Amino acid sequence: MSRHLRGGSPLPGFGLALGFTLLYLGLMVMIPLSTVFLKTATMTWSQFWAAVAGPRALAAYRLSLGASFIAASINVLFGLLVAWVLERYSFPGRRLIDAFVDLPFALPTAVAGIALATVYAKNGWMGRWLDPLGIQVAYTPLGVVVALTFIGLPFVVRTVQPVLADLDPEVEEAAASLGAGRWQTFRRVILPELVPAAVTGFVLAFARALGEYGSVIFIAGNMPMRSEITPLLIMIKLEQYDYAGATAIAMVFLIASFSLLFLINFLAWRRNKRLRAAEGS
Amino acid sequence: MSVPRAGRPRALNEPRWVRGLLIGTALAFLGFFLFVPLVLVFYEAFKDGVATYLAAIREPVALAAVRLTLLVAFIAVPVNFLFGLAAAWAIAKFRFRGKNVLITLIDLPFSVSPVISGMMFVLLFGAHGFFGPWLQSHDLKIIFAVPGIVLATMFVTSPMVARELIPLMQAQGSDEEEAALTLGASGWQTFFRVSLPKIRWGLLYGVVLCNARAMGEFGAVSVVSGHVRGLTNTMPLHVEILYNEYQFSAAFAVASLLALLALVTLAIKSAIEWRTGR
Repeated sequence: MSRHLRGGSPLPGFGLALGFTLLYLGLMVMIPLSTVFLKTATMTWSQFWAAVAGPRALAAYRLSLGASFIAASINVLFGLLVAWVLERYSFPGRRLIDAFVDLPFALPTAVAGIALATVYAKNGWMGRWLDPLGIQVAYTPLGVVVALTFIGLPFVVRTVQPVLADLDPEVEEAAASLGAGRWQTFRRVILPELVPAAVTGFVLAFARALGEYGSVIFIAGNMPMRSEITPLLIMIKLEQYDYAGATAIAMVFLIASFSLLFLINFLAWRRNKRLRAAEGS
Repeated sequence: MSVPRAGRPRALNEPRWVRGLLIGTALAFLGFFLFVPLVLVFYEAFKDGVATYLAAIREPVALAAVRLTLLVAFIAVPVNFLFGLAAAWAIAKFRFRGKNVLITLIDLPFSVSPVISGMMFVLLFGAHGFFGPWLQSHDLKIIFAVPGIVLATMFVTSPMVARELIPLMQAQGSDEEEAALTLGASGWQTFFRVSLPKIRWGLLYGVVLCNARAMGEFGAVSVVSGHVRGLTNTMPLHVEILYNEYQFSAAFAVASLLALLALVTLAIKSAIEWRTGR
């Protein structure tokens, strides 16, 4: 009897499933993660501070944060557009393009990296047209933005699309019958509904961009103080066997990433709560 | 040639030129950012002819990289498959305290930078790591060797199956399983005959995505690999080395195999979505 009540369900296998899950998480995730904290704990404050707040590290944070922010913003703008077009209009090849949006999730980052670097190099397919205009993408911070826009591209599209599909057409009809123009209806009625999903997509794209390595290093040029992203700085310190310095910067980065994860979960929780409240009324 | 989707009243549609402009801008954006780089991979791979392409792929070092990539995926994917199944079963079918914390922990590797993921294993098993001296005295090598690559890949891909299955199994509920148990089926019978068929598409979806990520992982693997040619180079690392040595057509030839893997992954993913009507 007591066996059946465990976990509040008559189904078997609770102990086995949860036990294996916790064991695996402990060995594969918690122990490795704890090393970052343990290693940091062996450093003195001044050592830690010197590693995380040096001019080279600060320049790397600035580039990582700035480029990720710009890339995620571009993705919000075009993600909304792509989601709208895919959800609202039909045109030849729509389903194919819909499937294609997930390419950055499936394409290995190193492949994306060398492809983007070649496309945007001075004599590349795109660089050839941009160079006479005085726009240099490859081996500049702009290249970092391009790579991060690529890898964050699916997030906003995939968070906004289902919301757009579930939108009740009656609301738009009501707005139209009350005399609102199409643009007014979009701005006042549709857009407010899409904002929470777009914000979630932004944070997801931003978090992904912050830690990205493979697609960026080929196109960035990797000059210290100018086009060196934080994950690359960690990599360089590891290659120089400066494990303490690498760990200290990783620690700062992990805290930032986990704060974002917390924010993502909070946004999802708030959205669910609002949905449930809307259904209840 | 844009037509509004069927069943929408006229007042709810944009003028024809607005539709055309929006579609055009969206396609141009996707074209420049997704299509052009993808086409370039295959163009560069075959630029110097099919013979050069085949030679680059048949090179012993390239074949060794392919073998290592397959081996890593062959270990990491089944382990994460079992983990995902166990985690989803516990979370979706039972009620217990701290479930949300557990879900967050499962997702955690997604928000760790690949470079940091690799670094953690260097801190654990590297020469100066916590277990370094012990490993050295027993003549075991994990970092700059295959086990390190497998571990880093397992960490990075661990949430992939679980994250697909948890929402799916939560939505399905467990009425059918309870009915099977009432009718006298054993626990394992219920699992194999009732639960598993219900989630087979979601499971396949998760495995396909997990496999793509396992074969393509770069940052984490790069930290722990040591880049020993023919021994600890996976395909993405081999691409990097060739590219940095200015052997562009060879780099893109190996890259084209990975791009093909990505296209197959997308095709399977769309087929599953189409089948399940998602």
